[in-house]
Amino acid sequence: MTPVQKDEGMVRQKAMLQAHAERAARARDEGRKVVYTFVPGNLVELLLSFDVEPVYPEITALQSGMRRASDRYIREAERAGHAEDVCSYVKCDVGMALAGDVGPGKTVPAPDLLLLSGTGCATFYKWFESLAGIWRAPVALLQVPYQADGAVTDEMRRYVVAQIRDDVIPALERLTGRRFDIDRLREHLRLSARAEDAYSAVVESARRRPSPIDAYFGMVFYVGPIFTALRGTLEAVEYYERLRAEVETRARAGLGPVTPDGPMGEQRFRLVVEGPPCWTAFRDLWKLFSDAGAVVVASTYSKVGGLYDTGFRHDPDRPLESLADYCLGCYTNLSLPQRLALVERYVRDYEADGFVVHSVKSCKAFGVGQPLLLREVERRAGVPGCFLESDLVDSRYFSHANVRNRLESFLQAIDMRRKA
Amino acid sequence: MQCRYAVTLDEIVARAEALYADTELRTLARWKEGGGRVVGVAPAYVPSEIVDAAGALPAHLVGGGPGLDVVQGDAFFQSAICHLPRSLVDLGVRGALDALDLLVVPSTCDVLRNLTGVWRLLWPDRPVFFLDLPQRTDAEGVAFYREQLARLLAEVARVTGATVSTDDLRRAIGVANQRRMLLGELGELRIAEPAHVPASELHLVVRAGALLPPREHVEMLESYLHVCRTTPRPRLDVARVLLRGAFCEQPPIGFLRTLERAGCAVVDDDLLLGLRWFGRPVDMVDEPLDALAVAYVCQSPPASCRYDRAGDRPAALVDAARASRAQGVLLAAPSFCDMALLDRPALLQALESAGIPSVQLQYAENSADFGAVREQAGTFADALRLWQDLA
Ligand code: SF4
Ligand code: SF4
Repeated sequence: MTPVQKDEGMVRQKAMLQAHAERAARARDEGRKVVYTFVPGNLVELLLSFDVEPVYPEITALQSGMRRASDRYIREAERAGHAEDVCSYVKCDVGMALAGDVGPGKTVPAPDLLLLSGTGCATFYKWFESLAGIWRAPVALLQVPYQADGAVTDEMRRYVVAQIRDDVIPALERLTGRRFDIDRLREHLRLSARAEDAYSAVVESARRRPSPIDAYFGMVFYVGPIFTALRGTLEAVEYYERLRAEVETRARAGLGPVTPDGPMGEQRFRLVVEGPPCWTAFRDLWKLFSDAGAVVVASTYSKVGGLYDTGFRHDPDRPLESLADYCLGCYTNLSLPQRLALVERYVRDYEADGFVVHSVKSCKAFGVGQPLLLREVERRAGVPGCFLESDLVDSRYFSHANVRNRLESFLQAIDMRRKA
Repeated sequence: MQCRYAVTLDEIVARAEALYADTELRTLARWKEGGGRVVGVAPAYVPSEIVDAAGALPAHLVGGGPGLDVVQGDAFFQSAICHLPRSLVDLGVRGALDALDLLVVPSTCDVLRNLTGVWRLLWPDRPVFFLDLPQRTDAEGVAFYREQLARLLAEVARVTGATVSTDDLRRAIGVANQRRMLLGELGELRIAEPAHVPASELHLVVRAGALLPPREHVEMLESYLHVCRTTPRPRLDVARVLLRGAFCEQPPIGFLRTLERAGCAVVDDDLLLGLRWFGRPVDMVDEPLDALAVAYVCQSPPASCRYDRAGDRPAALVDAARASRAQGVLLAAPSFCDMALLDRPALLQALESAGIPSVQLQYAENSADFGAVREQAGTFADALRLWQDLA
């Protein structure tokens, strides 16, 4: 295999996340506290206002998957009694903790607090039950009501705000021995909104032909800072403003995204993708798409950490309310009809030729109802759909031949439709 | 075997079996034809007192079981999920749920949560209510849940056309409390004399409550308790076991009978947990919705679908095993159920530390081949009896 190629945004993203991982690894020695929390509905601005170090177990798990360490951790968790059929992120993370907690290249520090932001996934509760048992760390709980009826109500917002105010903030005050400083929070929220503006422009750039980005495979690199520890920092603002310029330059030059195997050639198919990727076969999967000339112009996975392209911004004038709205609005917290409407909009706005569901065995939050979603998108948006199945970080469930065959047939169907 | 309610054991069991066999839910259609209203409730827990208070039939939807040949339900779900939503949607497609005036789906897990969306996409005109149960055990959790109960009450009143008074709610809570009390007494009798209350038979009688009006189910349970107390049944040389993990999708009756044939007497279980849920009666003095909200937040069992902030669930299982004098624990779980399966390591560890043997089993509501279960349960029962003899 040729060495992995990356665009400038990807290189800088890696360096930023690496630096953060190193800072987190030093946290203990430098007297800073470590808080584990989840990507969807994360309260990173609040954590930054207390100078604590956020660590995201899903990110640790997916990084383990990308560097092919996850299978070993999963076996470790299964040896400790975990079943084969549960979310592999949980098993990877638990297995890593049991194996001595060595993270991707760096030691992942143990948590001083588990901030259970229960946005969009019931398994999160079980995950932190397991980690609380292993680490004996206190838990701050944030239950985020589900948007089953397709809207955020005052009642839901009030509940989330009350929990942030009465449980999460006091837990952080106890942890750090500091008083909550609303002005610091406002400042981080202001920086978040700036980064979100620039980030949204990057997302929207995929409307161009050819698309200068891959909004699924390439986007997982770009979302790193804004989904995790760096949203709310000046560093993230600068990152996204430069990324916007870089993407704009590529678009003006009529260039597509850079894939791990080099710049993408002709874009024959514009696709919308639903569901998380398979991390253990990430490069392989991307290559299957790019070799066939398929570029992803919009994806739902890149919205799990926030739906900025539909207009949401963190708001320094409504600090706790806007944190609540952020948590309530993440993609996996949306009802299935809302998700369908969003995908339909993506197909239309980004002039997609087809819709792909990448369904991962692990994830019920994403997965339950995906076959119906596919059928309805085909019916309503009038584009063909393709259903691929594998897993997040358990390589046993990725079959190259199976995915290739399905993808090829799907792309042929698009071709035939064009000819007809 | 005549009881004071002039019903025999055979009659009770025959009625329960007929309801169990009513896979296509004709009972609900008949109720509807008679002018009644029906509100379906999905597992694990919905405060069905609110439905009963409105004079509607709370139908506890436990899936299709082994009698239902799921054909269309599979088309809406990917492969790696439990069976329950498939059979529920299949029933919907077949028209077996046409009698429902409303479906209430609680936030048991992401499978059921997403089922509300599947339902809305398939049947936009059929009302569905998502009940987001509180994961908190404090005043904020109570306040949030209390608001939801008020919304649920308003929706039930809307679809049934009923005006529900405080007295109606109190009466319904009273009936539900009676059911809890009777189930508690049956549970105690089973612990004292497992042969008097065989698990498979008890399950059928409890499950009848999924389709019967609560008042009628209470009468059935009263009769059944009386019969169990007064009917001599031979003691068996069996191993006493506790069954956990079956709070949502139900194993088929053949699964329970296989356990019995393999030499296991189930002395405690969490089958159909939602029909009782609380170990104690719900308060009858407080304002009813307040009482239901406080009861849920403060008195709920440590079910796998509730967040266990205090980390009490493993110790609670050990306590339950000791209280029921179980020699071993069967950790049963529906296949692909994250809620039940993710608990296993902690439960196994707690049982091991307490010196309580356990075995892990998986099932689906439509399982038909119990060879592996017989093998596992039989070996486990033999080992438990052997240890007992050696002790
Ligand atoms: S079930 Fe899905 S959303 Fe939940 S932890 Fe697993 S992968 Fe993440
Ligand atoms: S059996 Fe488990 S996964 Fe399936 S609906 Fe019930 S709780 Fe959810």
